[in-house]
Amino acid sequence: MNWRRLISPHALFWWGLLAVTWILSTTSFQLYKALDARWIIRFPKAWEMPMESWISDAMRWLLEDATFGLFTFREFTRFISAIIEVPYDVARAALADGFVQGQGSNAVEIAPPLSWIAIIVIMIVLGRVAKDWTLALLVGACFLYLAMFGQWDSAMVTLASVVIAVPIGVIGGLALGILSFRIPWVERALRPILDLMQTVPVFAYLVPILFLFGFGPVAALVATIIYAMPPMVRVSTVALQTVPAEVVEAGKMAGCTRRQMMWKVLVPSAAPTLMVGVNQVIMLTLNMVIIASMIGAGGLGFDVLSALRRLDIGGGIEAGLAIVVMAIALDRVSQAFSTRLPDEVMGRDLSYVQRHPWFTTVFVVVVLTYIAGLFAPAVQDYPEAATLTTSAFWEDAMRYVNVTFFDTFEAIKDVFLSYLLLPVKRFFTGIPWAWGIIAAGLAAAKVGGWRLGVMAALMTTFIAATGLWTKAMITIYLCGVSVFIAYAIGVPLGIWAGQNARANRWVGAFIDTLQTLPSFVYLIPVVMLFRVGDFSAMIAVVLYALAPAVRYAAHGIRAIEPQMIEAGLVSGCTRRQLLWRVKLPLAAPSLLLGLNQTIMLALSMLVITALVGTRDLGQEVYIALTKANTGQGIVAGLSVAFIAIIADRIVSAMARHSKERLGLA
Amino acid sequence: MERPLKMVCRNVWKLYGPDPAAFLRANPAPTNEQLREVGMIGAVRAANVQIGEGEIFVIMGLSGSGKSTLVRCLSRLIEPTGGEILFDGEDLLAMSEQELIQLRRKKIGMVFQNFALLPHLTVLQNVAFPLDVQGVPRATREARAHEMIETVGLKGRENYFPRQLSGGQQQRVGIARSLVVEPEIWFLDEPFSALDPLIRREMQDEFLRLQGLLKKTIVFITHDFDEAIRLADRIAVMKDGRIVQTATPEELVMNPATDYVAEFTHHIPRGKVLSLRSIMSPGTGDGPYAGDLKSTDRVADVADRIEAADHPHRVLDDSGTPIGTVDGRAVIDVLIGRRASE
Ligand SMILES: Nc1ncnc2c1ncn2[C@@H]1O[C@H](COP(=O)(O)OP(=O)(O)OP(=O)(O)O)[C@@H](O)[C@H]1O
Ligand SMILES: [Mg+2]
Repeated sequence: MNWRRLISPHALFWWGLLAVTWILSTTSFQLYKALDARWIIRFPKAWEMPMESWISDAMRWLLEDATFGLFTFREFTRFISAIIEVPYDVARAALADGFVQGQGSNAVEIAPPLSWIAIIVIMIVLGRVAKDWTLALLVGACFLYLAMFGQWDSAMVTLASVVIAVPIGVIGGLALGILSFRIPWVERALRPILDLMQTVPVFAYLVPILFLFGFGPVAALVATIIYAMPPMVRVSTVALQTVPAEVVEAGKMAGCTRRQMMWKVLVPSAAPTLMVGVNQVIMLTLNMVIIASMIGAGGLGFDVLSALRRLDIGGGIEAGLAIVVMAIALDRVSQAFSTRLPDEVMGRDLSYVQRHPWFTTVFVVVVLTYIAGLFAPAVQDYPEAATLTTSAFWEDAMRYVNVTFFDTFEAIKDVFLSYLLLPVKRFFTGIPWAWGIIAAGLAAAKVGGWRLGVMAALMTTFIAATGLWTKAMITIYLCGVSVFIAYAIGVPLGIWAGQNARANRWVGAFIDTLQTLPSFVYLIPVVMLFRVGDFSAMIAVVLYALAPAVRYAAHGIRAIEPQMIEAGLVSGCTRRQLLWRVKLPLAAPSLLLGLNQTIMLALSMLVITALVGTRDLGQEVYIALTKANTGQGIVAGLSVAFIAIIADRIVSAMARHSKERLGLA
Repeated sequence: MERPLKMVCRNVWKLYGPDPAAFLRANPAPTNEQLREVGMIGAVRAANVQIGEGEIFVIMGLSGSGKSTLVRCLSRLIEPTGGEILFDGEDLLAMSEQELIQLRRKKIGMVFQNFALLPHLTVLQNVAFPLDVQGVPRATREARAHEMIETVGLKGRENYFPRQLSGGQQQRVGIARSLVVEPEIWFLDEPFSALDPLIRREMQDEFLRLQGLLKKTIVFITHDFDEAIRLADRIAVMKDGRIVQTATPEELVMNPATDYVAEFTHHIPRGKVLSLRSIMSPGTGDGPYAGDLKSTDRVADVADRIEAADHPHRVLDDSGTPIGTVDGRAVIDVLIGRRASE
């Protein structure tokens, strides 16, 4: 390493900034005592902006008085509710509740939901059509698991939400994607909105949605769709933009109209990439459906949530596993669809049944099980007596682990807390708000120019002025420590995977699995082992945020031109020199992008970990949610978003510099 | 060629596919059909090469014929599937990683088609890089790098980054980097292919000038026959992983081993390749002669003189003994590609 770089003027700036911050942080309390200036550590109450109540008032006005002339805002939300509610009710009836006529106690069931056998067959057929029998069996086994382990009913409620949210998310996303592909100003307008959507923690928009749509499945679905749609918009735009120019030209020469061009040339050419977007929508939907159970989505998410609240170990793990199983099944099927080769062309003279063997199979099974179900209840509902439960097993296993390793766990936790977490926490929470604003501005300006500096300073001021300074600092401390650890684990793993094909298979499978799991699931084992608190939160965040660190590092290493490595080798590099002096510098932009993603995921997960008792901005959002306090929720949510945006812009600017340095930009 | 041998490779194979080593052990000399059957790609097949000290050995062939693979086997950047490679009589394939690193640090230099300069280092740092990884003190290595940069004509650009240089200049840096350790053998994998024709020409001259100064043993890869004959002492022509012929440019033109080689040499202006030795009529008559010429003179260089004269010229060998005669008709035969007038 080149040590002289550590004392270049460039580096001295950072050392200086750190030193001043550290001094102020450790002395702020004495300063306040000595000068009797309380404003040093507390933002003066008198200056605080009553943002919360402004926003709450605005929301109330929206709901009660706002009108678009022809109709009021309230009618507008009711209209949206209705659009979503009707298909949702049908899906839920078909999958979980059955079709009923009438209300309340005098409701009469006119048709039961699809039997468990029918649904499993449908899933098997989907797997077969998407790829092959192996996948079909995997998917079938996953759903059979749900039935056998008594998670069926909740799982079907969750599936109903997925079945409604995914098509809306996909179609809406594609429509917006096409619009922003066609019309440049739409893209320009959408981009910052999409950026914000991806950085505002999901919890934050639960609050206003709850306020607008009331507690219940519709609100949950709205939140889910809002959460899951942005990636689809992005993927659609990019997919359409990257259709090769020659393909478009060939379409033009063939005389396509604009409409034909879109639907016969562009969309089919972009289909594989679009399916990647669909897969994303499904995974995000599943993730969000669970979070959304807090505002009434019910289903598996609700089971996990209530188990967590009751600290019901077995129940939590069972419901959590059910989510994992379902996520894996849906993920694999949708991924298989995205890489599926087109069907071979079939003869036109075949009958409908012959041409659609799978559809026919499904139809026959549905009808048969419906009839059989009338006489044999076991066909309709999986027999209760045959369900297995692992709850007691998990309970015992956990108890065993806890009893046996209690001291070890406590010791590990103590070491981390006293040598890492607490000192860092003290450092961040000690920073006086005024200096924090200056430091954020200086750091951002140094990296990204004065505009970014001003923006960072303004955003930090917003956080201080809304009275959330301490909580924001706790957020930054938890996020920082977690990102540090995730990065320290993830980058070496990624480098290893990038250099070694076998390692890549293992690490890849591990990371895929981590990414398939909805964020909630990470909380369960961690809380069971380490109880609530910062340490548990940190572990959950590290697990959740590990994936991009690994992925980007592996990708960065793999993307290095082979000639570069050969050049290093013939220059006589040892393996170590090759890594440090050739590979890492060349992979730097990729590593920085990975850092960026890691930070984003960590922040979004932090809000979820508020459930296990951190005292950060996430907790603020969570409190707002339980009190349905829109203003509080939005202000805290915005604060998290601002932290995310500052971090994102700083790291992106660094990545840009490093790309420029490598002559890639 | 009475040069001592610098590098020898015998029956070298490089196969890609499922477990190639086992396959090659079972079939020491697989045919195309056998390879195709098991889905192997034979990137290099049964290559035999002998490279003399101080020789410019050119490997040429069309894209995908296995040139890069062969040269990477010679430098052991990739592990050959089978065969033997000797460097100064030492078994290259038996060397440990440590020995290999030492060998590369002291004796091997390589230039790449796409330059492969480290983008985060300046010209000076790039050139000094091989010395840097050896732990040569800063002052020494920078002095040496400065020298090299001057040799390749880039003085004054030491502190530029690669992206601030043109392609030709970047390749000069690549050349300087590969020569900074004073290697004994110098590999160049299509070093000028990424450059446009004028610059390529200029770089070839530069290359010949450097070689005149340094007298390295050189393995030079190209897919451009013109380039090959300009530079080569000997040329190995590759096709589908096999070396079809190894010979001097002149022999290649005069006696192509296969139609494939003939196809390559067809469009070449023969006057630039052939020496008087190949076209003269052997035996000397009684004159009169217009003058004396050396048997190693290229036809194109002396064509004017021969044609302008009323009489044939006498051809002398290296020791000055007359060995034949050459007249205007022989020159015209060569220049218009007519088979020698027997
Ligand atoms: N890692 C690999 N796996 C499989 N096949 C390979 C691999 N590397 C090279 N080959 C094959 O070996 C053959 C020779 O490749 P090579 O790169 O040596 O050709 P080349 O003569 O250098 O061509 P060019 O002029 O394009 O550089 C090609 O058919 C190529 O497809
Ligand atoms: Mg090549």
